Amino acid sequence: MARGFNIRSIDRRIIFVLIFVAVAIPLIKPMGLPIGVSPPVQSLYDAVDALPPGTIVMLGGDYSPDSMPELQPMTIAFLRHAFKKDLRVVITCLWPASPPLIEAALTPLVEEFGKEYGVDYVNLGYMTGGPVTILGMGNSITGTFPRDYYGTPVGEIPLMDEVSNLSDVALVMEVSAGTPGTREWVQQAVSRFDVRLGSGTTAVGAPNFYPYVSSGQLIGLLGGLKGAAEYETLVGAPADATKGMDAQSIVHALIVFFILFGNVVYFVSKRSAAVADGRSRS
Amino acid sequence: MSWLQEFFTGAPGTTTAVVWGTWVGALLTLCIYSFLYKDNPFYKFAESLFVGIGAAYWLAILYHNTLKPKLFVALFPGDSGEPVLWYRVFPGILAIFMLLRFFPKLSWLSRWALAFIVGMYAAVNLTGFAQADFVEQIYATMTTPLTGGGVLSFILNLSAVVGVVAVLLYFFFSKEHKGAMGVAAKIGILYLMVAFGASFGYTVMGRVSLLIGRMTFLLRDWLHVID
Amino acid sequence: MRREIPLAITFLIGVFMLVDFFVPHTAVTTSADELKQWGIIVIAASILLGIGNLVRVHSKKIARRNEGWGYSIITLTVMAVMLWLGLWPGAHLGPNEMIGTVEQGTPFNWMFLFMQVPLQSTMFSLLAFFIASAAYRAFRLRSAEASLLLIAAIIVMLGRVPLGQLLTRNLPEHAQLPWITETIMAYPNMAAFRGILMGAALGVMAMGLRIILGIERSYLGGEK
Repeated sequence: MARGFNIRSIDRRIIFVLIFVAVAIPLIKPMGLPIGVSPPVQSLYDAVDALPPGTIVMLGGDYSPDSMPELQPMTIAFLRHAFKKDLRVVITCLWPASPPLIEAALTPLVEEFGKEYGVDYVNLGYMTGGPVTILGMGNSITGTFPRDYYGTPVGEIPLMDEVSNLSDVALVMEVSAGTPGTREWVQQAVSRFDVRLGSGTTAVGAPNFYPYVSSGQLIGLLGGLKGAAEYETLVGAPADATKGMDAQSIVHALIVFFILFGNVVYFVSKRSAAVADGRSRS
Repeated sequence: MSWLQEFFTGAPGTTTAVVWGTWVGALLTLCIYSFLYKDNPFYKFAESLFVGIGAAYWLAILYHNTLKPKLFVALFPGDSGEPVLWYRVFPGILAIFMLLRFFPKLSWLSRWALAFIVGMYAAVNLTGFAQADFVEQIYATMTTPLTGGGVLSFILNLSAVVGVVAVLLYFFFSKEHKGAMGVAAKIGILYLMVAFGASFGYTVMGRVSLLIGRMTFLLRDWLHVID
Repeated sequence: MRREIPLAITFLIGVFMLVDFFVPHTAVTTSADELKQWGIIVIAASILLGIGNLVRVHSKKIARRNEGWGYSIITLTVMAVMLWLGLWPGAHLGPNEMIGTVEQGTPFNWMFLFMQVPLQSTMFSLLAFFIASAAYRAFRLRSAEASLLLIAAIIVMLGRVPLGQLLTRNLPEHAQLPWITETIMAYPNMAAFRGILMGAALGVMAMGLRIILGIERSYLGGEK
């Protein structure tokens, strides 16, 4: 490190405090910044919105608590949209932690829209196996998920009488935090069984999936909390994701400032070191 | 006064289980955040809880949602009315073989189970990647519309095609990156840098969102200072 | 024989799953479907193996009084409690009626929702602090390539949040940050990741073939 101002001398805990404050203040005093909708979100919303009432759709919930702040709002917004449109929803999970999270999302919505378990929606719970499980659902959903999350045989669930395999599902919304997730659904379900797939992913994963959007393998993509906020805006029910956007904006601005400030300090200290070097040589 | 009451007893209509749960959740959240100051026994305690609960949760749900319906009920349906699938004995044996890894003298049998999974996933991934990530990507690149969308659309679409080819050439190491190949590889690097920059931006967004989620929990569900 | 039989199993299963892909005849798909169910069961056993290993590691730590063995006791105790709540003879994951209120659910669910969820999500949210600190310390304009990366990152960071929209809302559409961000994502970013995707696909395909044909054997371990 160059002489002069030592960039590493700043205690990183100062940065931590600044980040903490930058998140807390906009949450306490919201600014209500406007939320624009990006094309991949709009196309997914339009595809769901065009489905006639009674259509069966699938929600793949493949995440765990660590990505819940980003993905739970997507699950809620999608379920709200589906219930509002009177679509029927079959829920499957390839991640063990998902079923209770999905259940927590369902709880208030089921009450709000007066939906009945087993008729309007069903939670098939967790199945291990990743891509093999998706492939299995292509031929038989009931064979792959013989019982629902609560242990009821699928034969006793009225909704499942109409769902034999993935071709009985008009659209799959995959909310995914990693592997198995969106990539496996594209590879196994879209390519092989012509499933119409939309996806909501963590922000970390989203850039990887743009090739699938461009090729039409994904009908739409929600990327991170902003994607969720956009879907909430379209559904007309701003919730946690929308409320988080002010804080998101301020912290991004702060991090951009950190990067620029860090570089300014770096170049200034490098130059002063070079000048000092020149002096000592002469 | 009403805030203080809500702080200890939760919002109106909240049950004791949720009030206690919120307090436990908040204290555990603070235990984890104490790591930001420095590593300490509170953080380590929370970390130990995390590992223990996580592993046991996985095991339990694995039993209820996967092993019970697929193996145990399939073999012994009892009076559930479901058919006996006797051939599930075979994966049952392979599952036992897998667990024999714990016994050094018999651990070689676990390779049979491993070989089964490896063979299956090799084939499933082979076809999945070949179709979705290779053939369909070539198809999508080759059918990129270059006409009918105006000048801007033409430039952007052409840039995408050029980018795909350049990045592929950059990763092609069988020929030295010199001359035309060198230029193509350089262009490939530029595309990769833009993509990695975009990925970094998205990663920042993701990490910050996680913090917003936890802060919302603390400020709303626990402290009741926001709606 | 200890290597030949596993190699034969891998070969047969691999080839059969490939046949299932290319020959959609009922006889093939029915058998392949059942094999997939077998695969799911064996995978579940491998997860048991992983969890068993975790118990073994912590037990050893306690037995040998290694550093931090007290925390291992906490891990194993809470694991035993959670397992009991989830697997005791009458345990279930909540009846359908529990849709309505969380508190009607099981103590197992309570521990998951009010202990595991905050623990796991908070642990990962620590990364927000570290990435901010890293951005300040490590993100340097050392070369043209690094500058390009940095510029793309800054545009995306501002363009993907409402602030970017607010700052540039009076400019022409194609100069607004959200439009520029979406264009970066849909064209150069897409092109780069498509290239990476195709390269990785080639790698996976080659590795898959090597495994099925028995050329790649590292998964069997080194011993005879």
